[in-house]
Amino acid sequence: MSEPGVGIELSHVTKLYAGQQQAAVEDFSLSVHPGELVMFVGPSGCGKTTTMKMINRIIEPSSGSITIDGQDVLSLDPNELRRHIGYVIQQIGLFPHMTIAENIATVPKLLGWSKERTNDRVDELLRTVQLDPAVFAHRYPKQLSGGQQQRVGVARALAADPPVMLMDEPFGATDPITRQKLQAEFLKLQADIGKTIIFVTHDFDEAIRLGDRIAVLSERSQIEQFDTPANILANPANDYVSSFIGHGAGLMRLALIPIGDVELDAPDSTAPAVDADASLRDALDLLMVTGAERVNVSGGGGSLTHARISAALSKARQPVEAS
Amino acid sequence: MSTRPSASRKPAAAPQPAAAPQPTAAPQPTTAPRLSLRRFATPLAVAGALAVLFLWLNTLTLDSIEQRTLNTSYLLDRTQEHLILTVVSSALVALLAIPAGIAAYRVRSKAVRAFVIALGNIGQATPAVGVVILLAIVWQTGFYTALISLVAYCFLPVLRNTLTGLEQVDHATREAARGMGMTPRQVLWRIELPLASPVILAGLRTALVFSVGVATIATFINAGGLGDMIVNGLKLQRYPVIVVGAVLVAAIAVLIDWAAGLVEDLVRPRGL
Repeated sequence: MSEPGVGIELSHVTKLYAGQQQAAVEDFSLSVHPGELVMFVGPSGCGKTTTMKMINRIIEPSSGSITIDGQDVLSLDPNELRRHIGYVIQQIGLFPHMTIAENIATVPKLLGWSKERTNDRVDELLRTVQLDPAVFAHRYPKQLSGGQQQRVGVARALAADPPVMLMDEPFGATDPITRQKLQAEFLKLQADIGKTIIFVTHDFDEAIRLGDRIAVLSERSQIEQFDTPANILANPANDYVSSFIGHGAGLMRLALIPIGDVELDAPDSTAPAVDADASLRDALDLLMVTGAERVNVSGGGGSLTHARISAALSKARQPVEAS
Repeated sequence: MSTRPSASRKPAAAPQPAAAPQPTAAPQPTTAPRLSLRRFATPLAVAGALAVLFLWLNTLTLDSIEQRTLNTSYLLDRTQEHLILTVVSSALVALLAIPAGIAAYRVRSKAVRAFVIALGNIGQATPAVGVVILLAIVWQTGFYTALISLVAYCFLPVLRNTLTGLEQVDHATREAARGMGMTPRQVLWRIELPLASPVILAGLRTALVFSVGVATIATFINAGGLGDMIVNGLKLQRYPVIVVGAVLVAAIAVLIDWAAGLVEDLVRPRGL
């Protein structure tokens, strides 16, 4: 029912603004697999947003080529192109004079969908982003909280079921609690719809949490490393990447390893229990908080000690093929 | 009456403070009626003032000069002339200045913008009576001259408000529209103009009220209107005539401002 993602290929893409000495983006090449969630992470002004906006030609590249599903985007009509690429920006940009339903129906209307098809789609999407259509469809953006508005922003971008989504710090302007909630919902949603997503952020934790692969970018959108979160944490390519990861890389990596992935000791029913689908970080947290020797994995048929957790971490240091 | 086009009257499309952490309880949809009894306070007050004027006139004994002016048919004729001047000039201004403002906006040139704003400011600073009389000297006297000077005088505030209104549409809203594949024309009609409409309408309202006042000057170039009563009353020293003329002009201005406010509220896009 939902269209799966397609591959995106950027090769030797450069953006040079008129009257500027240095390129904003220089010789950027990257290949994104279908259905992959790729994070562009880097400091402000490094060109990550510019790079992303060249994919839907909000910004026109100076040179290089960009293809989506093998089709050269520069040869397409930009408006037609954008109707088939979901676009979410940090400021959300909901149309304040239109209801939530009208906002979501924007692209279907541009594509000339019938009324019934559009209405059904709007209801479906509102439910997908966990907003009750009966309550929200006829409200105006002003009447929604920031988190709710951002969900509508995502729903609006998904309206015509585009195979590709571009997201520019979509959760950047929400408070930490709302952001975590939105991220978790977004991951669940992506597991269902499998779109190809380019997601720009300056928040490395967010990149680790959401990305299938992360492109760590420095000035002029130079790729310092492009790999899975686990590999980047375990083997940062250079000092720039290490400094971007900052402290606590070990803890971040533990958060990426599910308890199911490690060997367990014999069960110990007297020890505090941790969920079988939790991460090693949760298990370590429980060890620290309770001061216990080991934690018991509930329903998982085993228990974990501090030593086991450390061992799992050093094992993961061996580079894993990104696939 | 305000002498500047009031963009500040209703800040249209105030950008949403996206950064604000929001409580989960969102405000309920507004169902408040747009028309309430309080709405009719202004026309009632005007009716009251006119009633007082009428009662006061009844206590006077009018001489023959005053009788020639202070009778129903004369008053209706002058009021009609006045209203026609006002309404026709405002309609022309709307038809000309709004498209001109859109054009100036779409050129997106700083030079054009600066020129338009400067012209707008000069237009505002020029005394209307000067424009009317200069035009009568170089062209002719009568209704059309008065009409054209009124249009010229009110053109610039509307042009400027149109330009400002379009420019203050939130950048993110515009980018989202473009990013979803709207053509520039669709962005203009579906997003920018509706969001700019409160500011554009505020400019038109100002122009309308302006022209009620400025239309009194039409009398100097033989184009009628209630200015006739004021000027004749002054020349002939018939104070009841001056008072009736002045009160009628004021009443029209207040009523037109009220009606324009009503229209503004009715056509303002919901959700703003």
